[in-house]
Amino acid sequence: MTGHAIPNFLLRVAIWMVAVFFYVLPLFLESSGGPQANAQENDKSVLAFRGVASVLTSPRCLNCHTSADGPLQGDDNHPHAMNVKRGTDGKGSAALRCRACHQTENAQFLNGSPGAADWQLPPAATPMAWKGLTTGEICRALKDPAKNGNRSPQDLIPHMETSLVRWAWSPGPGRILPPLSREEFVSRLKEWIDTGAACPE
Amino acid sequence: METIRFTVNGKSVELQIDPQTPLLWALRERLGLTGTKFGCGMALCGTCTVHVNGNAVGSCVTPVSAVRDQQVTTIEGLSRDRSHPVQRAWLQIQVPQCGYCQPGQMMGAAALLAVNKNPSDSDIDDAMAGNLCRCGTYARIRKAIHLAAELSRGQK
Repeated sequence: MTGHAIPNFLLRVAIWMVAVFFYVLPLFLESSGGPQANAQENDKSVLAFRGVASVLTSPRCLNCHTSADGPLQGDDNHPHAMNVKRGTDGKGSAALRCRACHQTENAQFLNGSPGAADWQLPPAATPMAWKGLTTGEICRALKDPAKNGNRSPQDLIPHMETSLVRWAWSPGPGRILPPLSREEFVSRLKEWIDTGAACPE
Repeated sequence: METIRFTVNGKSVELQIDPQTPLLWALRERLGLTGTKFGCGMALCGTCTVHVNGNAVGSCVTPVSAVRDQQVTTIEGLSRDRSHPVQRAWLQIQVPQCGYCQPGQMMGAAALLAVNKNPSDSDIDDAMAGNLCRCGTYARIRKAIHLAAELSRGQK
Protein backbone atom coordinates (compact mmCIF):
# COMPACT_ATOMS: atom_id res chain seq x y z
CA MET A 1 0.00 0.00 0.00
CA THR A 2 2.80 2.33 0.96
CA GLY A 3 4.30 1.63 -2.41
CA HIS A 4 1.20 3.19 -4.13
CA ALA A 5 0.95 6.21 -1.81
CA ILE A 6 3.64 8.28 -3.47
CA PRO A 7 2.46 7.66 -7.06
CA ASN A 8 -1.12 8.55 -6.02
CA PHE A 9 0.12 11.73 -4.45
CA LEU A 10 2.13 12.57 -7.55
CA LEU A 11 -0.88 11.78 -9.73
CA ARG A 12 -3.06 14.19 -7.73
CA VAL A 13 -0.44 16.90 -7.95
CA ALA A 14 -0.20 16.36 -11.69
CA ILE A 15 -3.99 16.58 -12.10
CA TRP A 16 -4.03 19.78 -10.10
CA MET A 17 -1.26 21.24 -12.20
CA VAL A 18 -3.07 20.38 -15.40
CA ALA A 19 -6.26 21.93 -14.03
CA VAL A 20 -4.43 25.07 -13.03
CA PHE A 21 -2.74 25.32 -16.39
CA PHE A 22 -5.80 24.77 -18.59
CA TYR A 23 -8.57 26.28 -16.47
CA VAL A 24 -7.45 28.54 -13.67
CA LEU A 25 -4.52 30.20 -15.46
CA PRO A 26 -6.54 31.31 -18.52
CA LEU A 27 -9.19 32.75 -16.21
CA PHE A 28 -6.49 34.63 -14.36
CA LEU A 29 -4.89 35.88 -17.55
CA GLU A 30 -8.23 36.97 -18.95
CA SER A 31 -9.09 38.91 -15.82
CA SER A 32 -5.66 40.55 -15.90
CA GLY A 33 -5.77 41.49 -19.62
CA GLY A 34 -3.64 38.67 -20.93
CA PRO A 35 -3.17 37.38 -24.49
CA GLN A 36 -6.75 36.08 -24.89
CA ALA A 37 -8.19 39.42 -23.83
CA ASN A 38 -5.78 41.16 -26.14
CA ALA A 39 -6.83 38.91 -29.00
CA GLN A 40 -10.49 39.71 -28.36
CA GLU A 41 -9.70 43.43 -28.22
CA ASN A 42 -7.75 43.10 -31.46
CA ASP A 43 -10.68 41.33 -33.13
CA LYS A 44 -13.06 44.07 -31.96
CA SER A 45 -10.71 46.71 -33.31
CA VAL A 46 -10.35 45.03 -36.69
CA LEU A 47 -14.12 44.58 -36.92
CA ALA A 48 -14.64 48.25 -36.10
CA PHE A 49 -12.16 49.25 -38.77
CA ARG A 50 -13.94 47.18 -41.40
CA GLY A 51 -16.95 49.41 -40.78
CA VAL A 52 -14.76 52.51 -41.06
CA ALA A 53 -13.26 51.20 -44.29
CA SER A 54 -16.68 50.63 -45.82
CA VAL A 55 -17.17 54.40 -45.65
CA LEU A 56 -13.64 55.33 -46.70
CA THR A 57 -14.04 53.28 -49.87
CA SER A 58 -17.40 54.79 -50.79
CA PRO A 59 -17.46 57.14 -53.80
CA ARG A 60 -17.96 60.17 -51.58
CA CYS A 61 -14.51 59.59 -50.04
CA LEU A 62 -12.71 57.86 -52.92
CA ASN A 63 -13.32 60.70 -55.37
CA CYS A 64 -10.84 62.88 -53.50
CA HIS A 65 -8.75 60.17 -51.83
CA THR A 66 -7.26 59.23 -55.18
CA SER A 67 -3.72 58.75 -56.43
CA ALA A 68 -4.60 60.55 -59.68
CA ASP A 69 -3.34 64.11 -60.14
CA GLY A 70 -6.89 65.39 -60.06
CA PRO A 71 -10.23 64.55 -58.44
CA LEU A 72 -12.71 61.95 -59.57
CA GLN A 73 -16.45 62.49 -59.63
CA GLY A 74 -19.73 60.62 -59.69
CA ASP A 75 -20.68 57.31 -58.13
CA ASP A 76 -18.53 55.54 -60.75
CA ASN A 77 -15.36 57.48 -59.82
CA HIS A 78 -14.76 58.87 -63.30
CA PRO A 79 -12.15 61.60 -63.83
CA HIS A 80 -13.41 65.09 -63.00
CA ALA A 81 -14.62 67.03 -66.03
CA MET A 82 -12.28 69.58 -67.61
CA ASN A 83 -9.12 67.79 -66.53
CA VAL A 84 -9.21 69.53 -63.17
CA LYS A 85 -5.89 69.18 -61.32
CA ARG A 86 -5.13 68.62 -57.63
CA GLY A 87 -2.46 71.35 -57.27
CA THR A 88 0.25 71.09 -54.64
CA ASP A 89 -2.04 72.15 -51.79
CA GLY A 90 -4.93 69.99 -52.94
CA LYS A 91 -7.07 73.04 -53.72
CA GLY A 92 -6.63 73.10 -57.49
CA SER A 93 -4.25 74.70 -59.94
CA ALA A 94 -3.34 78.38 -60.02
CA ALA A 95 -6.35 79.77 -61.85
CA LEU A 96 -8.65 76.81 -61.50
CA ARG A 97 -9.08 76.45 -57.77
CA CYS A 98 -11.72 74.11 -56.36
CA ARG A 99 -13.42 77.24 -55.02
CA ALA A 100 -13.95 78.48 -58.59
CA CYS A 101 -16.98 76.20 -58.76
CA HIS A 102 -17.48 74.58 -55.35
CA GLN A 103 -19.09 76.96 -52.90
CA THR A 104 -19.57 76.57 -49.16
CA GLU A 105 -22.75 74.57 -49.72
CA ASN A 106 -24.39 72.57 -52.47
CA ALA A 107 -25.73 74.73 -55.29
CA GLN A 108 -29.50 74.83 -54.96
CA PHE A 109 -30.26 74.43 -58.65
CA LEU A 110 -30.37 71.47 -61.02
CA ASN A 111 -26.94 69.95 -61.71
CA GLY A 112 -25.31 72.58 -59.52
CA SER A 113 -21.87 71.93 -58.08
CA PRO A 114 -21.69 70.31 -54.66
CA GLY A 115 -20.04 72.39 -51.97
CA ALA A 116 -18.68 72.55 -48.43
CA ALA A 117 -16.64 75.14 -46.57
CA ASP A 118 -13.27 73.45 -46.97
CA TRP A 119 -13.64 71.77 -50.36
CA GLN A 120 -10.30 70.25 -51.39
CA LEU A 121 -8.34 67.08 -52.02
CA PRO A 122 -5.51 65.89 -49.79
CA PRO A 123 -2.29 67.74 -50.70
CA ALA A 124 -0.08 66.28 -53.43
CA ALA A 125 2.62 65.29 -50.91
CA THR A 126 0.16 63.15 -48.90
CA PRO A 127 -2.63 62.11 -51.29
CA MET A 128 -4.01 59.48 -48.87
CA ALA A 129 -5.26 57.46 -51.83
CA TRP A 130 -7.44 54.47 -51.02
CA LYS A 131 -8.33 53.15 -54.44
CA GLY A 132 -6.80 49.73 -55.14
CA LEU A 133 -5.67 49.18 -51.54
CA THR A 134 -6.82 46.29 -49.35
CA THR A 135 -8.63 47.11 -46.10
CA GLY A 136 -5.45 46.35 -44.18
CA GLU A 137 -3.38 48.61 -46.42
CA ILE A 138 -5.87 51.45 -45.98
CA CYS A 139 -5.71 50.95 -42.23
CA ARG A 140 -1.92 51.06 -42.13
CA ALA A 141 -1.84 54.12 -44.41
CA LEU A 142 -4.35 55.85 -42.16
CA LYS A 143 -2.09 55.29 -39.16
CA ASP A 144 1.16 56.24 -40.89
CA PRO A 145 2.13 59.83 -39.88
CA ALA A 146 4.33 60.06 -42.97
CA LYS A 147 1.26 59.52 -45.15
CA ASN A 148 -1.58 61.02 -43.13
CA GLY A 149 -0.30 64.54 -42.54
CA ASN A 150 1.41 63.64 -39.25
CA ARG A 151 -1.85 62.70 -37.50
CA SER A 152 -2.25 60.28 -34.63
CA PRO A 153 -5.31 57.99 -34.76
CA GLN A 154 -7.00 60.38 -32.28
CA ASP A 155 -6.29 63.30 -34.64
CA LEU A 156 -8.47 61.59 -37.27
CA ILE A 157 -11.61 62.34 -35.26
CA PRO A 158 -11.50 66.13 -35.82
CA HIS A 159 -10.98 65.49 -39.55
CA MET A 160 -14.18 63.47 -39.60
CA GLU A 161 -15.98 66.43 -38.03
CA THR A 162 -15.04 68.87 -40.82
CA SER A 163 -17.77 70.24 -43.02
CA LEU A 164 -16.15 68.53 -46.03
CA VAL A 165 -16.40 65.07 -44.47
CA ARG A 166 -19.88 65.83 -43.12
CA TRP A 167 -20.88 66.74 -46.68
CA ALA A 168 -20.57 63.04 -47.62
CA TRP A 169 -23.87 62.49 -45.79
CA SER A 170 -25.64 65.38 -47.53
CA PRO A 171 -24.17 65.27 -51.04
CA GLY A 172 -27.25 66.43 -52.87
CA PRO A 173 -29.38 64.56 -55.40
CA GLY A 174 -27.84 61.93 -57.67
CA ARG A 175 -25.02 60.94 -55.32
CA ILE A 176 -25.19 57.80 -53.17
CA LEU A 177 -24.57 58.02 -49.44
CA PRO A 178 -21.84 56.13 -47.55
CA PRO A 179 -23.00 52.71 -46.32
CA LEU A 180 -23.07 53.75 -42.63
CA SER A 181 -24.75 56.74 -41.04
CA ARG A 182 -22.36 59.47 -39.94
CA GLU A 183 -23.04 58.72 -36.27
CA GLU A 184 -22.33 55.02 -36.78
CA PHE A 185 -19.18 55.83 -38.76
CA VAL A 186 -17.79 58.09 -36.02
CA SER A 187 -18.78 55.52 -33.40
CA ARG A 188 -16.88 52.76 -35.25
CA LEU A 189 -13.90 55.07 -35.71
CA LYS A 190 -13.76 55.82 -31.99
CA GLU A 191 -14.21 52.14 -31.14
CA TRP A 192 -11.34 51.27 -33.49
CA ILE A 193 -9.09 53.83 -31.79
CA ASP A 194 -10.17 52.89 -28.25
CA THR A 195 -9.47 49.22 -28.90
CA GLY A 196 -5.93 49.82 -30.08
CA ALA A 197 -6.42 50.84 -33.74
CA ALA A 198 -5.60 47.34 -34.94
CA CYS A 199 -5.42 46.66 -38.66
CA PRO A 200 -6.62 43.66 -40.65
CA GLU A 201 -3.90 41.59 -42.35
CA MET B 1 -35.08 88.97 -50.62
CA GLU B 2 -32.08 90.28 -48.73
CA THR B 3 -29.85 93.31 -48.90
CA ILE B 4 -26.46 92.23 -50.16
CA ARG B 5 -23.53 94.61 -50.44
CA PHE B 6 -20.33 93.95 -52.28
CA THR B 7 -17.77 95.73 -54.42
CA VAL B 8 -17.68 95.39 -58.20
CA ASN B 9 -14.74 96.79 -60.12
CA GLY B 10 -13.91 99.07 -57.22
CA LYS B 11 -17.45 100.40 -56.70
CA SER B 12 -19.66 99.50 -53.76
CA VAL B 13 -23.05 98.13 -54.75
CA GLU B 14 -26.12 97.18 -52.74
CA LEU B 15 -28.82 94.90 -54.10
CA GLN B 16 -32.20 93.77 -52.78
CA ILE B 17 -32.03 90.28 -54.16
CA ASP B 18 -32.76 86.60 -53.56
CA PRO B 19 -29.51 85.46 -51.95
CA GLN B 20 -29.47 82.30 -54.09
CA THR B 21 -29.43 84.31 -57.32
CA PRO B 22 -26.30 83.39 -59.30
CA LEU B 23 -23.74 86.19 -59.23
CA LEU B 24 -23.79 86.13 -63.05
CA TRP B 25 -27.38 87.36 -63.15
CA ALA B 26 -26.76 89.96 -60.47
CA LEU B 27 -23.91 91.32 -62.58
CA ARG B 28 -25.66 91.16 -65.94
CA GLU B 29 -29.28 91.93 -65.15
CA ARG B 30 -29.11 94.08 -62.02
CA LEU B 31 -25.82 95.89 -62.58
CA GLY B 32 -25.73 95.96 -66.39
CA LEU B 33 -22.27 94.43 -66.60
CA THR B 34 -22.92 92.28 -69.67
CA GLY B 35 -19.28 91.57 -70.48
CA THR B 36 -19.54 88.40 -68.42
CA LYS B 37 -21.33 85.78 -70.52
CA PHE B 38 -23.70 82.92 -69.76
CA GLY B 39 -22.46 79.61 -71.16
CA CYS B 40 -23.60 76.37 -69.55
CA GLY B 41 -24.96 77.53 -66.20
CA MET B 42 -23.30 74.54 -64.51
CA ALA B 43 -19.67 75.61 -64.08
CA LEU B 44 -18.60 73.42 -66.96
CA CYS B 45 -17.39 75.93 -69.56
CA GLY B 46 -15.73 78.88 -67.80
CA THR B 47 -17.48 81.49 -69.92
CA CYS B 48 -18.84 83.26 -66.84
CA THR B 49 -15.48 83.51 -65.04
CA VAL B 50 -15.00 86.57 -62.84
CA HIS B 51 -12.65 87.26 -59.93
CA VAL B 52 -13.71 87.20 -56.31
CA ASN B 53 -10.92 88.61 -54.17
CA GLY B 54 -8.57 87.89 -57.07
CA ASN B 55 -9.54 84.25 -57.49
CA ALA B 56 -11.25 83.03 -60.66
CA VAL B 57 -14.76 81.74 -59.97
CA GLY B 58 -17.65 80.61 -62.09
CA SER B 59 -20.27 83.29 -61.55
CA CYS B 60 -23.08 81.08 -62.83
CA VAL B 61 -22.77 78.74 -59.83
CA THR B 62 -21.79 81.32 -57.24
CA PRO B 63 -24.81 82.53 -55.27
CA VAL B 64 -24.69 86.26 -54.83
CA SER B 65 -24.79 85.71 -51.07
CA ALA B 66 -21.29 84.21 -51.34
CA VAL B 67 -19.81 87.56 -52.39
CA ARG B 68 -21.33 89.59 -49.55
CA ASP B 69 -18.68 92.16 -48.55
CA GLN B 70 -16.26 90.69 -51.10
CA GLN B 71 -14.35 92.26 -54.01
CA VAL B 72 -15.65 91.21 -57.42
CA THR B 73 -13.84 92.03 -60.66
CA THR B 74 -15.43 91.49 -64.08
CA ILE B 75 -13.93 91.82 -67.54
CA GLU B 76 -15.02 95.47 -67.49
CA GLY B 77 -12.83 96.04 -64.43
CA LEU B 78 -9.66 94.33 -65.63
CA SER B 79 -8.38 97.81 -66.57
CA ARG B 80 -9.93 101.16 -67.49
CA ASP B 81 -7.96 101.57 -70.70
CA ARG B 82 -7.18 98.09 -72.02
CA SER B 83 -3.74 98.35 -70.44
CA HIS B 84 -3.82 95.07 -68.56
CA PRO B 85 -1.14 92.78 -70.01
CA VAL B 86 -3.77 90.18 -70.84
CA GLN B 87 -5.81 92.71 -72.82
CA ARG B 88 -2.72 93.96 -74.65
CA ALA B 89 -1.63 90.43 -75.48
CA TRP B 90 -5.12 89.42 -76.61
CA LEU B 91 -5.25 92.37 -78.98
CA GLN B 92 -1.74 91.83 -80.27
CA ILE B 93 -2.24 88.11 -80.96
CA GLN B 94 -5.85 88.67 -82.13
CA VAL B 95 -6.98 85.71 -80.07
CA PRO B 96 -10.79 85.71 -80.47
CA GLN B 97 -12.74 84.13 -83.28
CA CYS B 98 -16.42 84.41 -82.34
CA GLY B 99 -15.33 85.91 -79.02
CA TYR B 100 -18.11 84.60 -76.80
CA CYS B 101 -15.85 82.72 -74.40
CA GLN B 102 -13.08 85.30 -74.39
CA PRO B 103 -14.11 87.37 -71.32
CA GLY B 104 -13.92 84.17 -69.29
CA GLN B 105 -10.65 83.15 -70.94
CA MET B 106 -9.10 86.52 -70.18
CA MET B 107 -10.25 86.50 -66.56
CA GLY B 108 -8.83 82.98 -66.15
CA ALA B 109 -5.53 84.09 -67.72
CA ALA B 110 -5.35 87.17 -65.49
CA ALA B 111 -5.93 85.02 -62.40
CA LEU B 112 -3.15 82.68 -63.50
CA LEU B 113 -0.66 85.49 -64.13
CA ALA B 114 -1.46 87.05 -60.77
CA VAL B 115 0.05 84.00 -59.07
CA ASN B 116 2.47 82.75 -61.73
CA LYS B 117 4.48 85.36 -63.63
CA ASN B 118 6.17 82.83 -65.88
CA PRO B 119 3.79 79.95 -66.55
CA SER B 120 4.86 76.93 -68.59
CA ASP B 121 2.65 75.40 -71.27
CA SER B 122 1.65 72.82 -68.69
CA ASP B 123 0.79 75.48 -66.11
CA ILE B 124 -1.37 77.24 -68.69
CA ASP B 125 -3.11 74.02 -69.72
CA ASP B 126 -3.88 73.17 -66.08
CA ALA B 127 -5.09 76.64 -65.20
CA MET B 128 -7.19 77.14 -68.31
CA ALA B 129 -8.69 73.63 -68.40
CA GLY B 130 -12.00 74.97 -67.14
CA ASN B 131 -12.40 77.47 -69.99
CA LEU B 132 -13.78 75.97 -73.19
CA CYS B 133 -13.66 77.53 -76.66
CA ARG B 134 -15.87 76.07 -79.39
CA CYS B 135 -13.86 77.95 -82.03
CA GLY B 136 -10.69 76.20 -80.90
CA THR B 137 -8.57 79.25 -80.23
CA TYR B 138 -6.55 77.39 -77.63
CA ALA B 139 -3.23 77.76 -79.47
CA ARG B 140 -3.63 81.53 -79.66
CA ILE B 141 -4.80 81.69 -76.04
CA ARG B 142 -1.68 79.89 -74.90
CA LYS B 143 0.53 82.12 -77.06
CA ALA B 144 -1.19 85.24 -75.72
CA ILE B 145 -0.72 84.14 -72.11
CA HIS B 146 3.00 83.71 -72.72
CA LEU B 147 3.07 87.20 -74.27
CA ALA B 148 1.04 88.66 -71.40
CA ALA B 149 3.52 87.11 -68.97
CA GLU B 150 6.38 88.81 -70.82
CA LEU B 151 4.48 92.09 -70.80
CA SER B 152 3.87 91.71 -67.07
CA ARG B 153 7.56 91.20 -66.48
CA GLY B 154 8.32 94.26 -68.60
CA GLN B 155 10.22 92.26 -71.20
CA LYS B 156 8.24 93.58 -74.18
